[in-house]
Amino acid sequence: MENNQSNAPADAVSEAVIANEKAIHEPLFHVVKRDAMPWYKSWGIRIAAVVLAMLVVALFGFVLTKNDPIAIYRVMIDGAFGTENRIWSLLLDTALLLGVALAVTPAFKMRFWNIGAEGQVLMGGLICAACMLKLGDKMSTGLLLLVMVVASMLAGAIWGLIPAFFKAYWNANETLFTLMMNYIATSIVSCYCYIWSGGGSGRVGIINRKTKIGWLPNLGSHTQTLNIVIILVLTVILFIYLRYSKHGYEISVVGESENTARYIGINVKKVILRTMLLSGALCGLIGMLLVSGTNHTVATSTAGGRGFTAIMVSWLAKFNPLYMILTSFLIVFLQKGSKEISTIFGLNDAIGDIVSGIVIFFVIGSEFFINYKLMLRTKKSGKEEK
Amino acid sequence: MKEENPVSDPTKVTSNAPAIELRGITKTFGSVVANNNVNLLVNRGEILSILGENGSGKTTLMNMISGIYFPDKGQIFIDGQEVLIRSPKDAFKYRIGMIHQHFKLVDLFTATENIVLGLEDGRKYDLAAYGKEIAAICEQYGFVIDLNKKIYNMSVSEKQTVEIIKVLYRGADILILDEPTAVLTPQETETLFAVLRRMREAGKSIIIITHKLHEVLSISNRVSVLCKGQYIGTVNTAETNESELTEMMVGKKISLNIHRSEPKGVEDRLVVDNLRCVDREGLPVLKGISFTAKSGEILGIAGIAGSGQRELLEAIAGLQPLTEGTITYNNPTSGKAENLRDKTPTQIRELGVRLSFVPEDRLGMGLVGNMDIVDNMMLRSYRKGPLGFLNRKPPATLADTIISDLEVVTPSSKTPVRRLSGGNVQKVLVGREIASAPTVFMAAYPVRGLDINSSFTIYNLLNEQKEKGVAVIFVGEDLDVLLELCDRILVIGSGAVTGVVDARTVTKEQVGLLMTKTAQEGGTEDGE
Repeated sequence: MENNQSNAPADAVSEAVIANEKAIHEPLFHVVKRDAMPWYKSWGIRIAAVVLAMLVVALFGFVLTKNDPIAIYRVMIDGAFGTENRIWSLLLDTALLLGVALAVTPAFKMRFWNIGAEGQVLMGGLICAACMLKLGDKMSTGLLLLVMVVASMLAGAIWGLIPAFFKAYWNANETLFTLMMNYIATSIVSCYCYIWSGGGSGRVGIINRKTKIGWLPNLGSHTQTLNIVIILVLTVILFIYLRYSKHGYEISVVGESENTARYIGINVKKVILRTMLLSGALCGLIGMLLVSGTNHTVATSTAGGRGFTAIMVSWLAKFNPLYMILTSFLIVFLQKGSKEISTIFGLNDAIGDIVSGIVIFFVIGSEFFINYKLMLRTKKSGKEEK
Repeated sequence: MKEENPVSDPTKVTSNAPAIELRGITKTFGSVVANNNVNLLVNRGEILSILGENGSGKTTLMNMISGIYFPDKGQIFIDGQEVLIRSPKDAFKYRIGMIHQHFKLVDLFTATENIVLGLEDGRKYDLAAYGKEIAAICEQYGFVIDLNKKIYNMSVSEKQTVEIIKVLYRGADILILDEPTAVLTPQETETLFAVLRRMREAGKSIIIITHKLHEVLSISNRVSVLCKGQYIGTVNTAETNESELTEMMVGKKISLNIHRSEPKGVEDRLVVDNLRCVDREGLPVLKGISFTAKSGEILGIAGIAGSGQRELLEAIAGLQPLTEGTITYNNPTSGKAENLRDKTPTQIRELGVRLSFVPEDRLGMGLVGNMDIVDNMMLRSYRKGPLGFLNRKPPATLADTIISDLEVVTPSSKTPVRRLSGGNVQKVLVGREIASAPTVFMAAYPVRGLDINSSFTIYNLLNEQKEKGVAVIFVGEDLDVLLELCDRILVIGSGAVTGVVDARTVTKEQVGLLMTKTAQEGGTEDGE
């Protein structure tokens, strides 16, 4: 300690630094990738995440409304299943969301981040409305419906092909490209809404309200049934396409490793174009179902954000069309249930988003714990934490 | 109370302690020992070369000094004081600067902007003032560079200069250069060495990794040699020569007792002539490679990693565009000679060329990690399914056959290959490639990362192919294996052939010397 004055503080500092270093030999915890996990364990973690999320939602609801958490849940369930109409609306919305999710899935499996489903759906819907307006009196109902299906799918396909083309030939970023295509689609739709409304309100209104020309026919007593059936059939077809067809196999190979695809002689450009053609066409078809089978009108809000929510549905289901039935149901249930909470308890509309957000946060978070584990710093190799 | 001066104040360093010393450093990755008990010492005002073959652990060692990895065992001393380097930030604190092989610069910024980027000195961001200081450094060490030039306008050598100035400006006293000459022309190398010598005179400690022996001899004071993760020793450059260094680097000849039969039914199967190609930056990668692969023999390809081996095999497989050259395949069934250049893998297959290829990057190119064994088997055969659908039965049978024949350790054929160990992944890949009954079989580093038993399984498979009359091309890194397994060895250095030797008579040192020949002396295409 009897060093000369000028050196002493520096010494003390460096000593402290060194002492500190000795203590923090290792970081507090580090993340390690897990090996395979049996299915029951991974599903256990997922269920635990949902339960945990529900507890947080209950706590959150209790803080805001001072109501019994059970009552909050009851309101949620009531909002989704309360009346026959609500159940039908729940099923229809699930089906439509599922439809868009199915449409984006082939692209996503190929790691082509198509976030332009919104625009592709809109374009399909717009063309469908155009057919209903302009061709309604020129052909038989059957033919008209056929033309509507083909034209809508074509419109969606073109909207999807444009970014795919630029991606395949110049490696343009598909995320930005498809996103921007959404805005173009929205503008085109609002432009036509203005024209078709006669330059007035900008609202098209119900198309062919009296004649119901170009409306998707009812199956049984309910208007929604045909929509639901079409989308369920689509789910099965897409499941088979992705799992058992050569195209589906090529999509997986291109998505997993473009180098491997090239190595075995897959034409990567062709697969990108073909897959986006399919993805866009399916979006267009959903647009047609929305206009002809559900809303009977077109507006910039026709897709209603489904193009984006569908990404989550598809992802949460790990791109498996059958699981998507579950995930789209979960999300629509949350939307309907939390909307009811905000109505009943007189809260802001944003409450619905918050509740969905909490649940989805936990569900996505659980995937982290399925794939990785945290190793805490200990003397030995470290202990596992969920 | 402390005799040593604080590290944070380098101007006071007067002691004779070495600038940096490593004692007993060990680092393992899973079961692979990258560094085992390595000792290293660099004094002030000294250039130390680190020499070693591929996979000898040089880069791992440097990454531990620069804070990218943390050693499992061992101590690091800076100026005689033990230190812990847990992050690149710590390394910087101890005035260690690393110049990586791949530059880390912002293309749209100028040299000066890149150099001061991320600096936390609390000063005002005044480019002119910084520019003056940087210019002073350039003058001191003799760097010739336009500091206002944007990176994207710069040549590789200029970018490297910026990287070096960057670490110097940040006050590095210990500089690590990872293969700095690999991307430079001989003239640029000379300029770099002149700068390094000036830095040495200014008292800096420099560690340089290189494969080129003549460079080692011309630049360094001392040479440390690593071999397969082991520290072999350090010699003074003045007291050594190329052959002694080669001997240290390649190690003693180890007999592996790999079975080798005499080639039978030898005929020219694949004739490669004057192949040339360039990389993304337009720099030449293959500089006129010519050779002949014959049926019934194993042709080994030896060379320092990155000398063009990958591009060569990919060119033959139809994956690498060429600027010049021909690849002629003599079809044994039709007797026709086909030119494979500029053909896609599908077109090559449609010509009836049975070419199998085990690429270096197994999971990134040969297989799909997230798919199960059956689906990976299907990669070669999925087109045979009925209509648009897949037929998983033949690949499932093939998967079961390979699992039992090659003793692949896996829970089932439905396990994603990513979950298998390296050796088993390789057995799956080699098994699939052999199943297509090839006439040319190419394998790049097929035993890399494999244990002894798996390696021998692979050698036996290659020998079987050879005995069946297949032309086998084997790119290897272990000279012992190349010498015992192959019939002929083609040695390449910096994208050019430096020699073709008979594997039965050549010595390890001869191959080692051919490998470390540089383009300027070894540019010829006819070796022996």
